[in-house]
Amino acid sequence: MTPTVRKDRRDDGRPIVQEASTREERMAARVAAWRDRWDRQSKRDIDFTSTSSMEVAPIYTPVDLADNDPVDDIGVPGEYPYTRGVYDSMYRTRLWTMRQFAGFATAEETNERYHFLLDHGQTGLSVAFDLPTLMGYDSDHPMSEGEVGVCGVAIDSLADMETLFRGIPLDQVSTSMTINGPAIIFLALYVAVAEEQGVSPDKLRGTLQTDILKEYIAQKEWLFPPEPHLKIIVDMMAWCADNAPKWHPISISGYHIREAGSTAVQELAFTLADGFTYVEEGIRAGLDVDRFAPRLSFFWNAHNDFFEEVAKYRAARRIWARHMKERYGAKEPRSLLMRFHTQTAGCSLTEQQPENNIVRTAIQALAGVMGGTQSLHTNSMDETYALPTEKAVKIALRTQQVIAYESGVANVIDPLGGSYYVEALTDRMEAEAEAYFRQIEGLGGVVAGIEEGFFQRELASAASRYQEEIDARRRVIVGVNEFIEQDERLEIPILRIDPRYEREQCDRVRELRAKRDDAKYQTAMVRLRQAIQEEQNLMQPVLDAVRSYATVGEIVELMRDEYGTWREPSIF
Amino acid sequence: MTEQKIRVLVGKPGLDGHDRGAKVVAAALRDAGMEVVYTGLHQTPEGIVETALQEDVDVIALSILSGAHMTLLPRVLELMQEAEMNDVLLTGGGIISKDDMQALAEMGVGQLFGPGTATGEIVEYIENWVNDRGAKVGTTS
Repeated sequence: MTPTVRKDRRDDGRPIVQEASTREERMAARVAAWRDRWDRQSKRDIDFTSTSSMEVAPIYTPVDLADNDPVDDIGVPGEYPYTRGVYDSMYRTRLWTMRQFAGFATAEETNERYHFLLDHGQTGLSVAFDLPTLMGYDSDHPMSEGEVGVCGVAIDSLADMETLFRGIPLDQVSTSMTINGPAIIFLALYVAVAEEQGVSPDKLRGTLQTDILKEYIAQKEWLFPPEPHLKIIVDMMAWCADNAPKWHPISISGYHIREAGSTAVQELAFTLADGFTYVEEGIRAGLDVDRFAPRLSFFWNAHNDFFEEVAKYRAARRIWARHMKERYGAKEPRSLLMRFHTQTAGCSLTEQQPENNIVRTAIQALAGVMGGTQSLHTNSMDETYALPTEKAVKIALRTQQVIAYESGVANVIDPLGGSYYVEALTDRMEAEAEAYFRQIEGLGGVVAGIEEGFFQRELASAASRYQEEIDARRRVIVGVNEFIEQDERLEIPILRIDPRYEREQCDRVRELRAKRDDAKYQTAMVRLRQAIQEEQNLMQPVLDAVRSYATVGEIVELMRDEYGTWREPSIF
Repeated sequence: MTEQKIRVLVGKPGLDGHDRGAKVVAAALRDAGMEVVYTGLHQTPEGIVETALQEDVDVIALSILSGAHMTLLPRVLELMQEAEMNDVLLTGGGIISKDDMQALAEMGVGQLFGPGTATGEIVEYIENWVNDRGAKVGTTS
């Protein structure tokens, strides 16, 4: 940009710079003059890019916000387009929910961990399931060997679910369950356990992840082809709208997309595109958008680049509100709110000098809070080795408490709003996400993009680029490619999962199958198959099946039999 | 130095879907001039060893982030021994503690790589292993 200055000379012949008259012109002139001086300075020899390899300017000024309307684009919290926050009073009314994701071994052990966390001031539960459960296999299935209870808790049936929530009144906690393929079964299991406690579905608060599209894109835990999965999600949205109005049936997740190697913009764009797809599916199935949209929620990653992350959350709120209103015709203000959970970036943690991960996590958590998150999980320092120990989890939780109560950042809403850098980055991320939406639409939508391998290719190349930057030491990771300690010794304890849990869990599920009321089980399964074939809403038949103590593996097997399986194109 | 391209099977055994590392390593090995066969997700040990035999690979490199490595890696090793694949390297990486790496090394699994490993280190390890094997074969035959 050319500076608007009028050069002139004084009487004595010395040149003077007479500043232009309007405030904008004066600012532009100052910036241009600063740019001249900046050009002459020496610079450190590294890439000045964001964690997402995005070039950033050395300074941002009002000149960068020439096209930004502070009223329509930024506004105030609790008001369209919600850039500054979804609620009027944010953390002054209620702090974010401190929700540590936990689960290991069996329901018994995990239940104890939940009581430990609740006793230490955690305010919500978050269930981590083991891989067999996530993939819909019972613990005694051959594919489950070696995986039972290892990266989360093993749940095979309602009996395990009863143990998992023993002594925890489900009308008083909110629970997040990270499960996608078998999500409808877990909604049914939770409802059934609550029922036994005398708690009706309308009192249940919590979230199921359910977001199958990001499974195809990133985490790869699908059970069936995309179409039946999407149909089941619509069933869940419809059932919750009628029966469990405080429950979030889906948490549209960018977390895993980022973990799989995407940039911040890709996380933003692909996740919102997934969200639009669910909205379109709901509308296509004849649901009123304002009936289900208020219960859609989001889940984002918080990586190392502080400002990039804050801008991402702000852009996400604005994009979601704009599309919901302008494209999908939502009229309820609550349909426009992008409410979200944040988890710090597991992929940013280093095996080297693991204690440094506490610091990384603190910075990332701070970004989530400054971005206006509704709930937060902070990772533990030892997670590059194994599931976290109790001590490591406690430090992670304490990190949130220090941010909440000591740092002062929760006093002011959207404290970075108005920062030239953050606003410019928010605008830029919105524009780049819009470019991706057009590209995805050109491919025929998200499902077509998945089938064609578009997302998988985008992620693989971003992940490789990031690794190349680290390998070439153009990107510094402390303790990994700089500040390395030779002959480093691990000085933190590591949690081990005793293999006996797998044997015990296998025995338990076999015993359950032998002891349950077989006639009741058979009837429920026949009814479920019929409902699938007749394309009915599956929630009621699945609920009846879990009440009959049908196992997760049995229900999924029946569904796989009806819906088929899916294999992705292999791209690297 | 072998003139033939080193053939590597990169695989994801078990139920774990975290394939970022496997893909980054597969791409790095390919860029280093190796022939890479990527199995895709959710492979059984039996399937992996069968593919390795069919593809006549020099190296099997497995990525496991789910914690099931103490079951899956010994199983693959056992199947390799049954198939007399004595001149094939079994290596890999993932979320594996140092103690487990040690235990697996004692069973005969090659070096395992954790988070933060430079891809160049993996390339070098595989090239050296294959060269050493060539040298051994050269001296004994």
